[in-house]
Amino acid sequence: MIQVTNLTKRFGEFTAVDHISFSVKKGQIFAFLGPNGAGKTTTIKMLTTLLLPTEGKIEMNGVDPTQDKDGARRSFGIVFQDPSLDDELTALENMEFHGILYGVPRKLLKQRIEQLMKFVELWDRKDDLVKHFSGGMKRRLEIARGLIHHPKILFLDEPTLGLDPQTRNHIWSYIQDLNKKEGMTVFFTTHYMEEANRVANEIAVIDHGKIMIHGTSKALQEKTKTHTLEEAFLALTGKEIRDEVAGSSDQLRMRHRIWTRR
Amino acid sequence: MNTIYILWLRQLKRYVRSKARMVGSLGQPLLFLVALGFGFGPIYQKAGGGNYLQFLAPGVIAMGILFTSVFMGIEIIWDRQFGFLKETLVAPVSRVNIMIGRTLGGATVATIQGVIVFLMAMVVGFRPTSWLAFPVALLFMFLIAVLFTALGTAIASFMEDMHGFQLIVNFLIMPLFFLSGSLFPLDNLPGALATISHMDPLSYGIDGLRATLVGSAHFGIPYDFLVLSILVAFMMALGGYLFSKIQI
Ligand SMILES: Nc1ncnc2c1ncn2[C@@H]1O[C@H](COP(=O)(O)OP(=O)(O)OP(=O)(O)O)[C@@H](O)[C@H]1O
Ligand SMILES: [Mg+2]
Repeated sequence: MIQVTNLTKRFGEFTAVDHISFSVKKGQIFAFLGPNGAGKTTTIKMLTTLLLPTEGKIEMNGVDPTQDKDGARRSFGIVFQDPSLDDELTALENMEFHGILYGVPRKLLKQRIEQLMKFVELWDRKDDLVKHFSGGMKRRLEIARGLIHHPKILFLDEPTLGLDPQTRNHIWSYIQDLNKKEGMTVFFTTHYMEEANRVANEIAVIDHGKIMIHGTSKALQEKTKTHTLEEAFLALTGKEIRDEVAGSSDQLRMRHRIWTRR
Repeated sequence: MNTIYILWLRQLKRYVRSKARMVGSLGQPLLFLVALGFGFGPIYQKAGGGNYLQFLAPGVIAMGILFTSVFMGIEIIWDRQFGFLKETLVAPVSRVNIMIGRTLGGATVATIQGVIVFLMAMVVGFRPTSWLAFPVALLFMFLIAVLFTALGTAIASFMEDMHGFQLIVNFLIMPLFFLSGSLFPLDNLPGALATISHMDPLSYGIDGLRATLVGSAHFGIPYDFLVLSILVAFMMALGGYLFSKIQI
């Protein structure tokens, strides 16, 4: 479903993604793990036509997103790491905007919006402006919005960041259900290792723009001679804290971030 | 078609909801109407120009539209910073359509602002000579609005943040306004200024407005209309192209 060869992105002198190659099979739930600043979001941006690669080849659902942008965009949906709602619109308006942009038929759209907003427990707040929502509510709304249309491939960039465990489980069960019923391929990143361990069929670990390892959670643990995915992750990426330059809009993460100089 | 509509609607909703901005952007035109309209009125009359407010009002209406529309275009930078732009950029619809929807929405808002300035001018004492021409005046307002919203979009496409904003106001919007014949007649200008004001797109918009509202023209309505239409087509194409190249 996704085939990436020697994908590279440089920002000036700095190489954010360094000749990575991997593939994701149809119907898989694929976890893309790595420390802060490893290049996860940059990779997702290249896959989703927001950034042009410096080098390398991508094939997604049979099309090359750098050539046939609209073709590629028809095949995926995405929940971004950074906020992406319109604060001046209500929750419902944000949902409708998305549905119409993605060409979901009116009747189906109404049904799905109601169902999803009830699912993330925002239905009774549907007419409130998004700017009055808490961080977690915004996040839930973004995830609900990403599920309005059922894409062939769903990208989730740290979808569960800032959500409580109940909501996280709740949302994952919905996504896993879609994955089973509709064969939707899921490509996600997370910093919660138990989450990756639980839902992913396949895991790749990236650090400093390079893919360190690729396989099932079990295979990763075997190769690193560890007993949990978290230990395997630490064994692969070391224990130092990453010096990371954050995007200005990256507020949700800010709370979790520790600033250090390497 | 639905894409264009929903983006248009979004711009309108945002406008209606931000009352402060709506009112705030009317202060400047009002100041111009009152201070310049009444301040220069007597001199203008003595020099044989007639009623200055009648002359000035179309220029100030155009000013209101100019400012609002450039800001509406540049608003993309906010969308970029608040993250909403990403949501539209990955949607499976042509980016050109997205740009068209946004631009028409912004232009509609700017046209509404123009009509409000028009009404303000009426309160201050401005009287259009022919009401029949009002629909044509509205058309000119809309053309001005589309032109400069598209220009704002084009500029915003390669700006990452608002740091360059002051630059745009001082080196683009202000010159466009002051050199356009909004405040003075284009006839018998000294050579250099005449050339510059003939190159200023806003001159044609204002001339069209003036011709329709008070019946005095420098270029003439058909010529104004032709020039504006060509510029609108060009600017939409440029804005659409630049918008479709945005990377985040
Ligand atoms: N537009 C840009 N210009 C310059 N450098 C950038 C840009 N975008 C990202 N980078 C850099 O590229 C590197 C990878 O960033 P990326 O956002 O892909 O990391 P990530 O793996 O998603 O990290 P996190 O877990 O913190 O989200 C970082 O060092 C970042 O500073
Ligand atoms: Mg990231």
